Amino acid sequence: MTEATDPAILTPVLSAPWDDMQPWRLDTYLKHDGYQGLKKALAKHQDEVIQTVKDAGLRGRGGAGFPTGMKWGFIPQGDGKPHYLVVNADESEPGTCKDIPLMYANPHVLIEGVIIAAYAIRSNHAFIYLRGEVVPVLRRLQEAVKEAYAAGYLGENVLGSGFDLELTVHAGAGAYICGEETALLDSLEGRRGQPRLRPPFPAVEGLYASPTCVNNVESIASVPAIMHKGVEWFRSFGSEKSPGFTLYSLSGHVKRPGQYEAPLGVTLRQLLDLAGGVREGHRIKFWTPGGSSTPMFTDEHLDVPLDYEGVGAAGSMLGTKALQIFDETVCVVRAVLRWTEFYAHESCGKCTPCREGTYWLVQILERLEKGEGTEADLETLLDVADNINGKSFCALGDGAASPIFSSLKYFRDEYVEHLAHRGCPFDPAASTVWASNLTGAQA
Amino acid sequence: MTDLGMPRLPAPGYPADVRARLETDARELIGRYPQSRSALLPLLHLVQAEEGYVSPSGIEFCAEMLGLTTADVTGVATFYTMYRRQNGGDFHVGVCTNTLCAVMGGDEIFATLKDHLGVGNKGTTPDGSVTLEHIECNAACDYAPVVMVNWEFFDNATPASAKDLVDELRAGKQVSPTRGAPLCTFKETSRILAGFPDPRAEAVDQGGAGGTPSLVGLRIAKGQDPDAPATTQTGKGA
Repeated sequence: MTEATDPAILTPVLSAPWDDMQPWRLDTYLKHDGYQGLKKALAKHQDEVIQTVKDAGLRGRGGAGFPTGMKWGFIPQGDGKPHYLVVNADESEPGTCKDIPLMYANPHVLIEGVIIAAYAIRSNHAFIYLRGEVVPVLRRLQEAVKEAYAAGYLGENVLGSGFDLELTVHAGAGAYICGEETALLDSLEGRRGQPRLRPPFPAVEGLYASPTCVNNVESIASVPAIMHKGVEWFRSFGSEKSPGFTLYSLSGHVKRPGQYEAPLGVTLRQLLDLAGGVREGHRIKFWTPGGSSTPMFTDEHLDVPLDYEGVGAAGSMLGTKALQIFDETVCVVRAVLRWTEFYAHESCGKCTPCREGTYWLVQILERLEKGEGTEADLETLLDVADNINGKSFCALGDGAASPIFSSLKYFRDEYVEHLAHRGCPFDPAASTVWASNLTGAQA
Repeated sequence: MTDLGMPRLPAPGYPADVRARLETDARELIGRYPQSRSALLPLLHLVQAEEGYVSPSGIEFCAEMLGLTTADVTGVATFYTMYRRQNGGDFHVGVCTNTLCAVMGGDEIFATLKDHLGVGNKGTTPDGSVTLEHIECNAACDYAPVVMVNWEFFDNATPASAKDLVDELRAGKQVSPTRGAPLCTFKETSRILAGFPDPRAEAVDQGGAGGTPSLVGLRIAKGQDPDAPATTQTGKGA
């Protein structure tokens, strides 16, 4: 890198209040234009609110990148059925750590977004489905909802508009699969969290077989600013097809891991530069653009624009923008084995390709990592992954295949090395945080 | 008769006073949903708050409250990892061993704690204070390696910090996480998860808005020191 990256590429909007005093409190949020977007939305017709979000071009921040306004538009109107809004706050994709800090620091921005979205789709009961394993976040959400009821933002006749809204915070109980929207709905109905066959899609038959919109936390939290500051302002960030700002989460072997809010389309090279680079004395080996389910990248991909199109064109997916950085001390076979064990553990068991396939992937990867495999195992690995990918009931299976395909594409030699070496050639101690501290101390 | 270790059915009910108290709580939870079955996950957290695990009595209670069979309830309870099927420690110590945390040192932390506590995965110390478990990604990767105790964050853990942590828990000391409120017991935590807010009014304001990684981008954008500890926004006007 010859030129230093200008810090002005960072554009904190969602994260802007986080360094203020008690940003989780309503008083603080109000100082940051809190609930101004809601007031503007309630002054508009519901269809106009949907159109505004469509015009802004906001795309889902939970992984798939589906246009949020279009999703809202799918909810049939005048059907006489209750409508539901469900926020997917089950953040569990390995590497993903954006919604949890957002809700912990400023739960009100999510609640304001919920009210606007519920108003738009004509829903009188909304739910926030929060993964259970984050009690401090649950505490803040419960309190913020209480504050919002007391202030007249929730309950009957929201701000005198005639619109009624109940908001229920619901804690999950530990299951990655519940991040899949139809599994989440089954779970919210008090069942085992297993995905549903589609069609019918949730917009037609979702929660309690009624029209339901399921949106990610960050998508919904982006709505108040769009309502308050307008479509043009939102579109001034990012690109034509990927407008707006978003939270990029850097983790792993990087000097300053954390949340970097920037317009869609920044590159990892720019973000790494601001983050102080890869830890001292090391270089990047592989990374994920959006969690473990998105095919991994290498140092060849540092200049890929991190937006939906850019990452897609380079052979992966933007996903949740969970940028997990692994340096050259990390064994890719070990990394992929561990992710695969995760998918096997979290497979809900409903469909055969995923349930059986992830089990066999683990068996094969285990012997490969120990150096007890054969070269034929590599073909079997690809074959099994191919039988899961696109043939499973839901995207969990596709996610399980991603690290297999991409690691073999870029690091096949390293798998072979395990065979030749009759074991793993890497020292796991060299990858730890304290190993780097040690290096730092000696330098 | 040979004891095969099978549960005695029907499971014994709760004592009348406990039952009355739980029924009141259960009705409140059920009332929050358009359809009663949606309250099943909260009810399972509730019975876990009572006994420290989801017992056959707890399953029977949930089934009766919701008009389900115990088989239905058992099917749900066994699907989710946060429900314990046998009693455990007052403090659930979870070490993230998903790829990123594992690589950054989570594997070493987990091995250290197993050795230090003399228990395996899901094992409980003989004093009943700590249950150790390796857990999956807990959405705090920018703070890796991460240890969770009763689902509160202990960020940037090391083998030494994790050993000190469990020693303090076993010694009965009050421990505070790096983000969040001072720890309460597993049962008390389960009650919050059921949907009854923490009775400690101050708890919600404890633990700040996030550590250095949460604020790093914001600080760089503002031209501030990105490495400064995030101490300024803990608590009221601190």
